[in-house]
Amino acid sequence: MKKRLIRIIISAVIFTAGLLIPAEARWFRFAAFLAAYAVTGLEILLLALRNIFRGEVFDENFLMSIATIGAFIAGEYPEGAAVMLFYQVGELFQSYAVDKSRRSIAELMDIRPDYAVILREDGTTEKVDPNDVHPGDIIEVRPGERIPLDGVVRSGTSAVDCKALTGESLPRELVRGSEALSGCINISGVLTIEAQKEFGESTVSKILDLVENASGKKSNSENFITKFARVYTPIVVGAAALLAIVPSLITGDWGVWVLRALTFLVVSCPCALVVSIPLSFFGGIGGASRSGILIKGSNYLEALAKADTIVFDKTGTLTKGVFKVREIRPAGISDSELLDFTAHAECYSNHPISQSLKAAFGREPDAADVTEVEELAGQGVSALVRGRKVYAGNAKLMRNIGVDCGTYEPDGTVVHCAIDGEYAGYIVIADEVKPDSAAAVGRLKAMGMRIVMLTGDSRAAGEKVAGELGISSVYTELLPDGKVAKLEELLAGERGKLVFAGDGINDAPVLARSDIGIAMGALGSDAAIEAADIVIMTDEPSKIVSAIRISKKTLGIASQNIRFALGIKAAVLVLSAFGITDMWMAVFADVGVMVLAVLNSFRALNTRKL
Amino acid sequence: MKKSYKLDGLCCANCAAKIEREISALKGVIDANVNFMTTKLVFETALDADVDEIVTKAQKIVLKHEPGVVFK
Repeated sequence: MKKRLIRIIISAVIFTAGLLIPAEARWFRFAAFLAAYAVTGLEILLLALRNIFRGEVFDENFLMSIATIGAFIAGEYPEGAAVMLFYQVGELFQSYAVDKSRRSIAELMDIRPDYAVILREDGTTEKVDPNDVHPGDIIEVRPGERIPLDGVVRSGTSAVDCKALTGESLPRELVRGSEALSGCINISGVLTIEAQKEFGESTVSKILDLVENASGKKSNSENFITKFARVYTPIVVGAAALLAIVPSLITGDWGVWVLRALTFLVVSCPCALVVSIPLSFFGGIGGASRSGILIKGSNYLEALAKADTIVFDKTGTLTKGVFKVREIRPAGISDSELLDFTAHAECYSNHPISQSLKAAFGREPDAADVTEVEELAGQGVSALVRGRKVYAGNAKLMRNIGVDCGTYEPDGTVVHCAIDGEYAGYIVIADEVKPDSAAAVGRLKAMGMRIVMLTGDSRAAGEKVAGELGISSVYTELLPDGKVAKLEELLAGERGKLVFAGDGINDAPVLARSDIGIAMGALGSDAAIEAADIVIMTDEPSKIVSAIRISKKTLGIASQNIRFALGIKAAVLVLSAFGITDMWMAVFADVGVMVLAVLNSFRALNTRKL
Repeated sequence: MKKSYKLDGLCCANCAAKIEREISALKGVIDANVNFMTTKLVFETALDADVDEIVTKAQKIVLKHEPGVVFK
């Protein structure tokens, strides 16, 4: 690239000198422009010659050579030299832009840890390649270093920055026992981590692999433009040949028409068209990954812009998938007493329900207060709490012990409680809607999307969440294969693209079956990363809105570039056929279009405000 | 068999498309893909294909369109 720049500068200097030579010194002028031409053009001429011998005739080098040699023969020395000069400037700019775009995306994804520090049993440390660390090894991560492998924190507390992985700027707190994800940067304290996966299986490797192989699947726009480029050059060259011969035969004015035909050759190079499209898509994919949205191919980015139906899974996608006490309805005792007794009765259980009771209770139940615990399968528990007989469980349990618990249609899980044979009230435990679900659904609706929710949960629970979020189309009590069947039904009645968004647990078949499968909160879930087309690293449904906006913006830029480049080229062709423009204009149009298209495609990288 | 190479110095998008097309047309190649942005060439060969020969031919195709590309 540097060599090219030097040649361009030398050529430009000689060229300017040539322009200053008065027209009377014809041979001096010729020599100056020929020298300027040779500095930039020799390489192109040689390439053209070589490729002709290899059977590759209509390449850019050949076309440029013919156009410029023709200009010299026609006595238009400045034109001939200028076309070559600007062509080289264009090429230089293009390789610079492509390089820059490649590098800025590589920087975005610069999450590869260079080394790992193994902590040996004797207290010594050793810097090794992350590939040489195996599960069970203890590694040390100091502040400022990247966590090299997935593992569990054995000692130390620290905040880690996962921005490169999730796009989330808030640091995560890690304490002993927390899961440490590779790729995050340790900010404050020293952590010792027990590796749990090989480097190749760790999150950071999976993400890098995904990003590096993304955009391998080409979008329709990319396929269109490469196919178009294939026919574009022969057509323009054919038209140039016709333009050189037919009018000349009629008018006899060969000089004028051949020169116009040569102008055609200058704009016949399709590279500007071809380069800006993948550049736009790559920018869009790169920009999305900066926001924690990994897109596996340009085709998915393109399809997403055409989506008109979004099917959500409920649990873990629109809701947190974590149970929490929502309602406490005591009968004859206080709220806190009811919670106290129920939490104690359930304190030996590891069930999510007892976990959520403990969490609501606010402190660890005192196990010494609880005796004679008996688990009643499918019903609940009974126990002696501070000498009082407590039953906690479902309505069936209450009936069995002869306690009337009324009729209550739950939209969550209900734990009834009886103390000493008296009904003491109930506690409702339910999943919580994510804070940004409603906003996400609202924005998707505003975009004109049809929104459907599928869930394996009960009708009451499903409809309650749907009602809260304003989703009218809900299908509940679906088993995993029922979800697939329902999705196929929706796909059948569909004109646009159908998106399915799930948390990746149990819904891999649905993710695979939909037009675009989006896995949410997929950090660390391998199955979801495999099955999905788009992976959202955080668990915010609002990222789906961002993804759609990014895809629309990217597609818009790509289509602007196609129209703009084709429009200008067509205009130059028409104008030069009538002799209104000359070769100067043509080469400016050609290089200028490319520069503008490339600059425009840079916009796709900027996804900050989407 | 799947083969993956990095084409260092690939800088013309149209050449990338031509390279992809010509390698796909080679005998014994099931599918070929040139990713212009990551400068990666990936192709899949049939089970009974002569892989070494295909690699040599692929290399020639790459150099024809874009001289100076390093094939690794």
